[in-house]
Amino acid sequence: MSDRNLLLLLSGLACLAMFGFMTLGVRAPWGFVLPFRGEKLVALILVALAVSTSTVLFQTISFNRILTPAVMGFDALYLLLLTLAVYGLGGIGFTALSPVAVFAITSGVLVLAALALFGTLLGQARADLLRMILTGIIFGVLFRSITAFLQRMIDPNEFAVIQVNAFARFNTIETDILILAAPITLVALMLSWRMRRRLDVISLGPATATSLGERPKQGQMQALALTAVLVSVSTAFVGPVVFLGLLVVSLAHAIRPTPYHAVLLPVAGLISVITLVGGQAVLERVLGLNTPLSVVIDLIGGCVFLILVLKGTRT
Amino acid sequence: MIKVEGVTYQIVRQEILSDVSVNIPKGGVTALIGPNGAGKSTLLSLIARLMPLQTGTIHVDGQAIGQTPSDTLARSLAILPQASDIAPRLTVAQLVRFGRYPHSKGRPTPACLEKVEEAMMRFDLGALQDRMIDTLSGGQRQRALIAMSYAQDTDYLLLDEPLNNLDIAAARHLMKLLQTMARAEGKTILIVLHDINYAGAYADRIVAMRKGRIMAEGPPQSVISTQALAEIFDTDAHVVLQDGRPLVMV
Repeated sequence: MSDRNLLLLLSGLACLAMFGFMTLGVRAPWGFVLPFRGEKLVALILVALAVSTSTVLFQTISFNRILTPAVMGFDALYLLLLTLAVYGLGGIGFTALSPVAVFAITSGVLVLAALALFGTLLGQARADLLRMILTGIIFGVLFRSITAFLQRMIDPNEFAVIQVNAFARFNTIETDILILAAPITLVALMLSWRMRRRLDVISLGPATATSLGERPKQGQMQALALTAVLVSVSTAFVGPVVFLGLLVVSLAHAIRPTPYHAVLLPVAGLISVITLVGGQAVLERVLGLNTPLSVVIDLIGGCVFLILVLKGTRT
Repeated sequence: MIKVEGVTYQIVRQEILSDVSVNIPKGGVTALIGPNGAGKSTLLSLIARLMPLQTGTIHVDGQAIGQTPSDTLARSLAILPQASDIAPRLTVAQLVRFGRYPHSKGRPTPACLEKVEEAMMRFDLGALQDRMIDTLSGGQRQRALIAMSYAQDTDYLLLDEPLNNLDIAAARHLMKLLQTMARAEGKTILIVLHDINYAGAYADRIVAMRKGRIMAEGPPQSVISTQALAEIFDTDAHVVLQDGRPLVMV
């Protein structure tokens, strides 16, 4: 199958998933259902694209196919920042802030923190993947432990404010940040798309990329910043989803092995949309919310992660 | 011409290069030889801008390394790094096509594709074009990488120990290809070699280094001698002349 046909097929499936999400099990009048579900649909699509794109970017600049931003603790860092904000401001002060402001500030800080923490690591990633994995896992545990510690320190009422954010949730999406998050995501996705040919070259390794006239360090930092922005979007919308990115990008590599990001980015994005929107439609409307989608995704994604680790860390 | 002037390079206060000045004239094969730790690879990496310059200047055809934009330099200078750690999930044809990136930025023109085709022919890769890089033998892989650099179509090509892990047939084949590129197309090839006999047999010029300094430079028969080997390598290997080329009795 040619790249074009594959993309058409995946787009068709994605449209089918969206159609199902919008129309299955409608009981209320359409005038209410369409805008209500429409907002959620837009948020889900943004999350799907943000997760797949950030994973592709991160895997390219770290030269591996096992690590994802989520595994490296990016979203744990986001939750830590959020918890720090609640701890510092108090629950009331925090809830008094508009969600848009909270999102803007936490995203901004996350980008800076990610560049500082992971930026230095990337230079050595190629030489030492194991060290990178270990560092990521330790960071993840560290962020989660500090978060848990702070959550014990604060008032139970304030804890409730964080708890909403601390679990993956696809049913109750915070659509009130859509106004800010949607344009940011679109800009980040567009910039990632414009980097696609540079990413192809960067994935050849720093020396070869330099020989071909690319500046790998600079490209890595840009991709890392984009990753941080995209992670903060998805975490703000639905909380931490650990294995979604790994799952959809591994599927994309399996369906279409390609060195070109011009193909990889849309294939992974569409698979992500199909998984998230289709999965949510089936679980929410057909199976009646018996199982949260995040559990299913993390179960399957976790298995994929194990398989990849057991197969070896070769890129 | 590659003009290296007053280059000193330190890693954690250890001097790798001490005030190195050398000119590599345009055209021909120049071999960099010297014992382990002499600073050959460092010098090559500095010329190729893989590492930032600390002190001194390097000019390639008048373009200052560190000041000329990287993508401009990529049209006149290509490097084949040591132990190429290239992503294995590429076919040979895809790899060679990347060589055109400095010219086309990923949108190959018909002229680019022609150049790629020519590179594949030239390096005898036609039968291998759809093979994945990680399924190739060391020699085939090295050939594919050099084909990529050839497609990049630069006047200068730097190679860091390309003969590592190659058997004698593959090594000789590669050196002959490089020699032809230099002679027939006027390319300037700067190559780090461990085996002095390959340098003696195929290079037009030799630059010998030791402990971060240039010890000698010139045509092979003037640089390689029993006495020079004793000075540069601390070894008492005997050198004989065979058809006007120096040969080290190992």
